[in-house]
Amino acid sequence: MGKTIAEKIFDTHEVDRPFPDVRVLRLDRVLCHEITTPTAIDDLIRRGKDRVFDPEKIKAVIDHVSPAKDEKTALQGKILRDWARRHGIKDFFDIGSNGVCHALFPEKGFIRPGFTVIMGDSHTCTHGAFGAFAAGVGTTDLEVGILKGVCAFRSPKTLRINVIGRPPAGVFAKDIILGIIGKIGVNGATDRVIEFHGPVISTMSMESRMTLCNMAVEAGATSGICQPDETTVEYLWPFIKGEYSSKKHALEDFAQWKSDPDAEYEKVIDFDVSTLEPLVTFGYKPDQVKPVREMEGTKVDQVYIGSCTNGRYEDLEVAASVLKGKKIHPHVRGILAPATPEVYRKALEGGLLKIFLEAGFCVTNPTCGACLGMSNGVLAPGEVCASTTNRNFNGRMGKGGMIHLMSPATAAATAVAGVITNSPLYAR
Amino acid sequence: MKPFGGNVLFLDRSDINTDEIIPAKYLTEISKEALKPHLLEDLKLEGFDPLRDLKGKTAIVTRKNFGCGSSREHAPWALEVNGIHIVVAENFARIFRQNMFNCGMLAVELPSETIDELFRVFSKSETQVEVDFPNDRLTFSNGKTKKTYSYHLSPFDKTLVEAGGWVEYADAKY
Ligand code: SF4
Repeated sequence: MGKTIAEKIFDTHEVDRPFPDVRVLRLDRVLCHEITTPTAIDDLIRRGKDRVFDPEKIKAVIDHVSPAKDEKTALQGKILRDWARRHGIKDFFDIGSNGVCHALFPEKGFIRPGFTVIMGDSHTCTHGAFGAFAAGVGTTDLEVGILKGVCAFRSPKTLRINVIGRPPAGVFAKDIILGIIGKIGVNGATDRVIEFHGPVISTMSMESRMTLCNMAVEAGATSGICQPDETTVEYLWPFIKGEYSSKKHALEDFAQWKSDPDAEYEKVIDFDVSTLEPLVTFGYKPDQVKPVREMEGTKVDQVYIGSCTNGRYEDLEVAASVLKGKKIHPHVRGILAPATPEVYRKALEGGLLKIFLEAGFCVTNPTCGACLGMSNGVLAPGEVCASTTNRNFNGRMGKGGMIHLMSPATAAATAVAGVITNSPLYAR
Repeated sequence: MKPFGGNVLFLDRSDINTDEIIPAKYLTEISKEALKPHLLEDLKLEGFDPLRDLKGKTAIVTRKNFGCGSSREHAPWALEVNGIHIVVAENFARIFRQNMFNCGMLAVELPSETIDELFRVFSKSETQVEVDFPNDRLTFSNGKTKKTYSYHLSPFDKTLVEAGGWVEYADAKY
């Protein structure tokens, strides 16, 4: 019987099966940030186990609140920084080189097809875009990952989603994933892996695949996975060219992480995007989605473009194409947070930042910022934000605030109009 | 092993997320104890007042997909420092569920008909739950009515609760 991608990864990484339904996997990457890791470090110290399994496989970043906003966040940064130094973790990214974890680590070439990846962060599923099994975990699992390089999972069941048809102009990966979550619900993939397939995925950039996999957890999924192909090889080539004689050779090797034609899925869903419209959320759950058209005219106070979902160069490029030569509405506060220093630099050199600045946006440093309501753009009670982030939970961007999730194109158009509106890129 | 059971808080909603259980702004706390006053502070539930309704409660009964959203283990910790070591629901989000067992706490899943019955019979009155951990049984009573239900835990989850968590277990074994 054929295997899914997750099954192949599990089978090659299993170190123990303490009970029939539990598989302990060897980890290729343990990723860390300053919010969930310090408690793990603290606990390891208290237990007299201040060790790391392999400093090469651990990557760490201060990204959620950077620069620190008060003594407490400064202390969280310090604990992570001191720990990284103490254990010789070379890939540690601090202010000046830091960016949002799920954008930064892939950009550095740290994630490869077939890898097992954990992080104390639910959006770790983003890294599945590379054909990896990448799962968010809590602090205890992270702690054991740091100490022992293993993590326990239940055997994965896989949901296959074939994304078919041709997306209309103005419809992006964000609209597709919002559409999928709207269809299967916030509980639709709990304890499941989602494998994304189909012609729409094959022609998607790695950035868009990351947007898609990023929000798999909003349907409850453990990991979203896209199978590796030429696009994956192309993206990773600068990092792997020493390991393979040619791109063809790399592609052949990566093929071992494709699912078998006779793989068994728990469920297969065809998702046709031909008639999909740009979407936006309207409630406090990411599965409460509507066509932008139906929400048109909703007044917003702030527009936030950034995060691990939509703060990459491609996202900035799309938003800038909408904003070019325009000014944002006088009642709107526009905030752009490029996800990484590399995105920032490219946007600066390519003239995108100029477009944002001339339109009236504030450009912040790369950080999570307002996405989880910890800094850089928290809302006042009663305020409304059009946001390219991934969660519209009650209170997420500030108590009493309302978040509408949407694509960068819709967010940019909304910034100009002052009310939720379809981007001119969308052919009506 | 932690003590399980006691007065029940009924939360009649599905998809209660970890941002509602403990808002992100408190994630800067390094000590668990500091989370205590903020449990369920942002819960979107008609008529719910955390200060009033949490008083004396040491168990929660709720609906579907409890603990969805962020991976923050601060969510079970916030429950733990409030003395709530057991949550009963139709089902849980994966990371939250794992975090509960990793902390030696109980996340018990019961069929939707049973959850419906618990809400119907008990949610309007002061209710206690007793946990018979060795035999996987819960007994709910409100003075008038008493009902016992069996639940299922995987051997691994049971082992984690008995071992007091995953760190000691894994360090001894791997
Ligand atoms: S950008 Fe938002 S969702 Fe992404 S890692 Fe940061 S806080 Fe989490």
